Amino acid sequence: MRPTRKIAATIGFVLGAALCAIAVRAANEPTPQVIRINASKFHFEPDHITLHKGQPVTLELTSADATHGFMIRTLKIDTDIKPGKVTDVTVTPATAGNFVAICDHYCGIGHGMMKLKVEVEP
Amino acid sequence: MKDKIDRRSFLKVAGMSVGIGVVYQFAPMLVGHAQAGTVTDFFKQVNGESPQSFTFAQFSDPHVGFQGPPDPLGTKAFENAVELLNRMPQRPDFVLFTGDLTHDAESRDVHAQRMQLFKSISGRINTAAIHTVPGENDAALDGGVLYREHFGETHYSFDHKGVHFVALDNVSRGHPEVGTEQIAWMKADLARFPKTAPIVVFTHRPLFDLKPEWEWFTADGDDVMNALAPYENVTVLYGHIHRENVSQQGNAKHYAARSLIFAFNDPATNADKKQMPFNNDQPFEGLGIRLVGDNRAANVEITEVELTTQEFGGLSGIQQINKPNNTLGGSSANETD
Repeated sequence: MRPTRKIAATIGFVLGAALCAIAVRAANEPTPQVIRINASKFHFEPDHITLHKGQPVTLELTSADATHGFMIRTLKIDTDIKPGKVTDVTVTPATAGNFVAICDHYCGIGHGMMKLKVEVEP
Repeated sequence: MKDKIDRRSFLKVAGMSVGIGVVYQFAPMLVGHAQAGTVTDFFKQVNGESPQSFTFAQFSDPHVGFQGPPDPLGTKAFENAVELLNRMPQRPDFVLFTGDLTHDAESRDVHAQRMQLFKSISGRINTAAIHTVPGENDAALDGGVLYREHFGETHYSFDHKGVHFVALDNVSRGHPEVGTEQIAWMKADLARFPKTAPIVVFTHRPLFDLKPEWEWFTADGDDVMNALAPYENVTVLYGHIHRENVSQQGNAKHYAARSLIFAFNDPATNADKKQMPFNNDQPFEGLGIRLVGDNRAANVEITEVELTTQEFGGLSGIQQINKPNNTLGGSSANETD
């Protein structure tokens, strides 16, 4: 085999192997759990969710009235939730424990009461 | 009640005086630092005057319009603080208000009335100038439109006797943040100054992660402090948390002020944020103002002044307080900021 053909074959083999590895990995990755959370003045529904350490979850966030915030500092989540659209946040909790999500976009006089308990099981 | 009192007895009346120490080494720096001449000359050019000692006061979070548990006295603490400051022997050059001047209201008209009442009460302060920044109650719902109508721009800067003051708005975007445009403005504003210039930043929320789960943070606070990092003498004064707090973050020292409506509990010993209950025997417990001034030893000191009524008459506690006359039908919430 000529050197150029040998190099091309090697590159092809490596690329093929890499694509296969990616495909296998994607097939093995768990589908994220989906949890829908609706915000309205001045609470989250539901107000308590349970996640699992190491397992991805997608939070589908909606608002029934005004712009709200959704912040869980431990999970590095901090986003606005605007009415009329779904805001997706996908996260894989790395630590078990009890955390609190708060609304951190000021929404009115009862803004400080908007909390959601987040339990991450081991 | 109206007679003048000297500083020593005032502090006794006030019940608490804490010389926390040097806020910024303004005067010593000018004497001993290699760039002292540069700074002095610079401020002479800006202000037409040499750096001089002076005093100012910080008021925070009066929440005008709030009435009900845990503070049924409405604007009484705010009004008493004004009276107390006016009886000080030394007139402050100006007063800084670090946000939540008013309590939020559903009605724009009611909110506007509260802003007018704030201006009426703060207008009684015997001082040359009042400088304000908004809190989320003042400006977060409408992007600061009503606030600007009553108080002007939400961020700005000014020089005073050799110190550069920067007012930062970290509330009117709704989300607790300053924003890239305002940070760029601040960088350009500060670029004129030598790194040794004394700078006081005043804002509403803490510019660091004090207690994020209680919303005691600014999302882009690190970006703000990184922009301030080259400057050696930075002091940050803020409110929002309704209690004293002192924290050194890099070159900067951050001071949270007490409120003039109710106090929050201690985040170090409590999982949940709660308003401290009203104390009939000491109605202004945990409320107060801050004085910043020259202690005549070439440094600047901070004095925390807790409001109390103990020395104001023969009665004690709640009996000393006149029934509030708040015609705005104040509102409250189970929890507020």
